[in-house]
Amino acid sequence: MTGSTKAAGTFVAAADLAPPRSEVGVIGWLSKNLFSSWSNSLITLVCLWVTWRVVMGVLDWAVFSAVWTGNDGTVCQSANVGACWPFVTAKFGQFMYGRYPDSERWRVLLTYGLTAVTLAGLMIPAIPGKKWFGIFAVVGLPFISWGLLYGGMFGLPVVKTEFWGGLLVTLVVATVGIAGSFPIGIILALGRRSEMPVARWVSIFFIEVVRAVPLITILFMSSVMLPLFLPDGVSFDKLLRALIGVMLFSGAYMAETIRGGLQAIPRGQYEAADSLGLSFPQKMGLIVLPQALKLVIPGIVNSFVGLAKDTSLVLIIGIFDLLGIVQAGLTDAKWFAPGTAMTGYVFAAFVFWVICFSISRYSAWLEKRLSVGDRR
Amino acid sequence: MKKLLGLGLAGAVAFAGLATGASAQQKTLDTVKARGTVNCGVAPGTPGFSNPDDKGNWTGLDVDFCRAVAAAIFDDPTKVSFKPLTAKERFTALQSGEVDMLSRVTTWTLSRDSAMGLAFAGVMYYDGQGLMVPTKLGVKSAKELNGASVCVATGTTTELNLADYFRSNNMTYKPVVFEKAEELNAAYEAGRCDVYTTDASGLYAQRLRFKDPSAHIVLPEIISKEPLGPVVRQGDFQWFTLVKWTYFALLNGEELGITQANVADMAKSTNPEVKRFVGAEGEFGKGLGLTQDWAVRIIKGVGNYAEIYERNVGPNTPLKIARGINNLWNKGGLQYAPPIR
Repeated sequence: MTGSTKAAGTFVAAADLAPPRSEVGVIGWLSKNLFSSWSNSLITLVCLWVTWRVVMGVLDWAVFSAVWTGNDGTVCQSANVGACWPFVTAKFGQFMYGRYPDSERWRVLLTYGLTAVTLAGLMIPAIPGKKWFGIFAVVGLPFISWGLLYGGMFGLPVVKTEFWGGLLVTLVVATVGIAGSFPIGIILALGRRSEMPVARWVSIFFIEVVRAVPLITILFMSSVMLPLFLPDGVSFDKLLRALIGVMLFSGAYMAETIRGGLQAIPRGQYEAADSLGLSFPQKMGLIVLPQALKLVIPGIVNSFVGLAKDTSLVLIIGIFDLLGIVQAGLTDAKWFAPGTAMTGYVFAAFVFWVICFSISRYSAWLEKRLSVGDRR
Repeated sequence: MKKLLGLGLAGAVAFAGLATGASAQQKTLDTVKARGTVNCGVAPGTPGFSNPDDKGNWTGLDVDFCRAVAAAIFDDPTKVSFKPLTAKERFTALQSGEVDMLSRVTTWTLSRDSAMGLAFAGVMYYDGQGLMVPTKLGVKSAKELNGASVCVATGTTTELNLADYFRSNNMTYKPVVFEKAEELNAAYEAGRCDVYTTDASGLYAQRLRFKDPSAHIVLPEIISKEPLGPVVRQGDFQWFTLVKWTYFALLNGEELGITQANVADMAKSTNPEVKRFVGAEGEFGKGLGLTQDWAVRIIKGVGNYAEIYERNVGPNTPLKIARGINNLWNKGGLQYAPPIR
């Protein structure tokens, strides 16, 4: 040690020397984590090389060799071009709204805006008036959205659902599916655990039947079989049929997720609620469900993300969601070129990723906030 | 339980039978007139036949036929409600009355005409299975393809036609089978097979997706018959006749040289055939349940057959499909319409 003596007999420690440069900072971190041995160094170098190749490949395709402007596929008609972005630009309106008339598209945007404001009001803790936002979300928003999108109210011209498409349909199916499956799931989960035999049997039957068939089958039934059983002239809107199908399907899955949460609540909680003299709705609404739902947030979000992506299946019954409208756009002979298909699919994938990633980020945040009590 | 289920199913089937029975009794034309639009089933995306353009409007040969029917009834080609239908839903949608007609690249076959209760009103497009090879192979005819490997979509009649053709010509081939058009394209371009086969109209479309379309040629042989045409339900002869004669009007219009541009002047023509066509002579519209100028409305709305063809699949479009057998009968093709008389 290099202690110095100031006065006789007192030892004063010298100020600590900074650790050697090879131990701290960027270099230290690198040598500790990436180059600690020759095998690690080798793996690091290989990974770096692979990453470099992939990133450069993607950049080259999406930016450097991409075509940015043009009016038809001929600009992309060359052997070595990357992405064909003019295809996306030219059809962007369609990808977003389907065949929704240009002059009415403000209605879609207004609906998005209203929904966003309501969701913000419900989801961001700092905004006051949760109760009113909640009531509006349940009572007002669905009807106002329908009125805006479909029209026929407030003097707006009717835009039939066959004109809807693209991201609009994806969002409508996903939102309605998510919003509808949640209450259906809670009811079915409670029903399956109920002591009333009829309620239990009906719930079990419904869950097991719906869960045992693929979503495609349900959509096919709703679009192909149902019209045969209905008397002539009675026909449900195709989109509405798909919406109900999606809602019931994800409701069955949601029920099992929520039931998992209900089973994790100790019996003592139920008994405590009973001993307080709470009624069944009070017991469930105030004691059991808040705990149970919190436990299964990852499972619920899993279902939601899955559902958001499953919406693409509606394209097999001739409804154009985002993926469907991109595929339909690819059949436009004007845009035939080697790179168009890839460009369209990458665009669709990116939009889906943005949607699903936002859902999962919000849920991660929510989970953290709700688990303050039992943070480990 | 089983018994109950069976009973329920039987009831449902009987009910469905009643429902379809009822729909057949009603006059489709009256329903259409009351509704104000023709519900027309189209393909959700077949290049040149029905696909949405940049503005989202449906375009294509099949789509224009729907517009022609609407024009004949309402004098307004826009009064069509297009219902995109996948191959699996199309016939149910027609039988259940969800659509009034299909104009959706559907091949006319015996089983569809008989057992399925459908009625084909004509052949808008004579298609057939074709073969495409890389130009560098130097092959000029399908007869030179003995021993070739062929890329073909699985589970389709395409596969059967291919087997039939090679067997009947005493040739062998190696099938390279895929599920989807994208996979077929990639495999063929990567050189995994020598020949690419699908419907000829599809070959022209797929070729445009290759890196170098000029490096591939479509061979002249057509190895199967795929007559594609509009379909209606059986049991409503008035509607069937109307759709059939809309198609004939398109052909007769071309034969008589009546186009979208000159149809107004043609009203003053002295040619008796033209006079009957434009309704200046005879009472032909009434028999169809339409007005006297029904044929004029069609031509005014969408043009004659040649104009529709040129606009959607002809040599000036990216697809560049020559008229070939789809030419009029007097120009070496198969398109033939009975006279208006």
